Amino acid sequence: MSFLNNAITGVSLGSIYAIIALGYTMVYGIAKMLNFAHGDVIMVGAYVCFLAMGSLGLPPLAGVLLAVVVCTALGIAIERLAYKPLRSAPSLAVLITAIGVSYLLQNSAQLLWGADTKTFTPIVGTDQESRLWLVPGQLSISYVAILSVVCCVVVMIALALFTGRTKMGKAMRACSEDKGAAQLMGIDVNTTISVTFAIGSALAAIAGVLMCSAYPVLSPTTGSLPGIRAFTAAVFGGIGSIPGALLGGILLGVIETFAKAYISTDLSDAVVFAVLIIVLLVRPAGLMGKYVPEKV
Amino acid sequence: MAEKKQFHKGKMVPVPSVSIIPERDLDKTPILECSHLGIDFGGLTAVNEFNITVGRTEIAGLIGPNGAGKTTVFNLLTKVYQPTRGTILLDGLDTHGKTPAQVNRMGIARTFQNIRLFNNLSVEDNVKIGLHNQEKYSMFSGILRLPKYWRQEKAAHERALELLSIFDMQDLAGHQAGSLPYGAQRRLEIVRALATNPSLLLLDEPAAGMNPSETAELMENIVKIRDTFQIAVMLIEHDMSLVMGICEGICVLNFGQIIAKGTAEEIQSDPTVIEAYLGKQQ
Repeated sequence: MSFLNNAITGVSLGSIYAIIALGYTMVYGIAKMLNFAHGDVIMVGAYVCFLAMGSLGLPPLAGVLLAVVVCTALGIAIERLAYKPLRSAPSLAVLITAIGVSYLLQNSAQLLWGADTKTFTPIVGTDQESRLWLVPGQLSISYVAILSVVCCVVVMIALALFTGRTKMGKAMRACSEDKGAAQLMGIDVNTTISVTFAIGSALAAIAGVLMCSAYPVLSPTTGSLPGIRAFTAAVFGGIGSIPGALLGGILLGVIETFAKAYISTDLSDAVVFAVLIIVLLVRPAGLMGKYVPEKV
Repeated sequence: MAEKKQFHKGKMVPVPSVSIIPERDLDKTPILECSHLGIDFGGLTAVNEFNITVGRTEIAGLIGPNGAGKTTVFNLLTKVYQPTRGTILLDGLDTHGKTPAQVNRMGIARTFQNIRLFNNLSVEDNVKIGLHNQEKYSMFSGILRLPKYWRQEKAAHERALELLSIFDMQDLAGHQAGSLPYGAQRRLEIVRALATNPSLLLLDEPAAGMNPSETAELMENIVKIRDTFQIAVMLIEHDMSLVMGICEGICVLNFGQIIAKGTAEEIQSDPTVIEAYLGKQQ
């Protein structure tokens, strides 16, 4: 039973990682950059939801919506102000800028909301009574876990339909393949990149609220570690690939939970990264990524 | 399009130059007028004093030895490079400071010397990328799948198949673009460019790698495209049978300079052209 319980925890945690990893993978696929500030957008989303529910007294759903709106705007603003001027700069410059934006967000949060840890009010109940008992007294699923998995599935289906069937989605795929050719076919690459950041950041807000509902502590550095793990998940699944982010996220969540349960709580991250290293040795482009040898 | 001509302050006013083939379209303004066009890369002048005029339904050829600057001219026209000097007027409108996407919307579409299709997308989706700016629905109705989305997507689907049928490629619509044979990929690039609804189509070596019978078919198709869509075509090509066969006006470029302009006969007997291609007679 504890095995099944751990599997459930792993999948629900993995769903949250998958939603975050989507943001990394989409931005990488289209803008060919690693947005290390993504993890901190999660933290901002969680704070906005926390304050909306706590200080403004809004219902949970309104809090989540507000967080999504704020994070979308924040994502677009970060892209416009920090990354757009570096569109033709070497990728190292963009990477360092992303790390800078990450610190800026963390420290701004500390300045605005203080460095002390806050206790997040879950958007759906997590006390012992509000669990779904599959086997009474032994096997249960918390409502947050159910919500995480449902959100992940809905987001995946919506994204698959969006990128596959709408003109903006097709423009995004075209840009990820050949920006120059897409531009010459009349596609506004800047708008497409902005839309990508907007979608990624909106997903980050959702992930932030889900994560803080599952693990209700909130501080300015809340986003950084899940951000790194989700980035690992994106690389694990094959960065640039949307199904890869789903697979990588779920696998990472499950591996992490099992490592915590059966090996050691302290070593769980070490196990996760060891698995990542092994996967990358065997499949350098990740599980679902396509390995493209460089033409010489 | 009777919009007023726009000139940017401090930019050169175009001097009317001799149209390559003036007879056809004398009543209308030419679709493309380049005057004193030039670009420097560092100290190297890649193209200089490039003056041409292309009529509305003209097929113009741009030829010249390797490295003469032909593709650079295309890159200037499509604003992949911003010109260092000179003006480009498309249908009387200045394209100064426009981005490649904006110039495409103004009416210039192109193909590439090395095929640049979206290989992982289907043939139909490649054409739909070209139709991007003609599909008018917001992202909101795309996400919520409102009736407008379905109408527009259906129209785009039909239009894509119609365009593919020019080259009898409608049966390949579901295939992945990267899996097509070489000749079909070249044709798909032309269809994708046509989908953007251009008034000037730039073809960069459309016959490269084709055998003589495929080239002959391509020649027919280029003329057919011009006649059906009533657009101007400008092409870079090394295959002289194609250039001499269908181009009404030819421009010869060498070391970034125009060395001759005229009809096929005039070009063939021009001593400077012969010298550029074959060297000086001893």
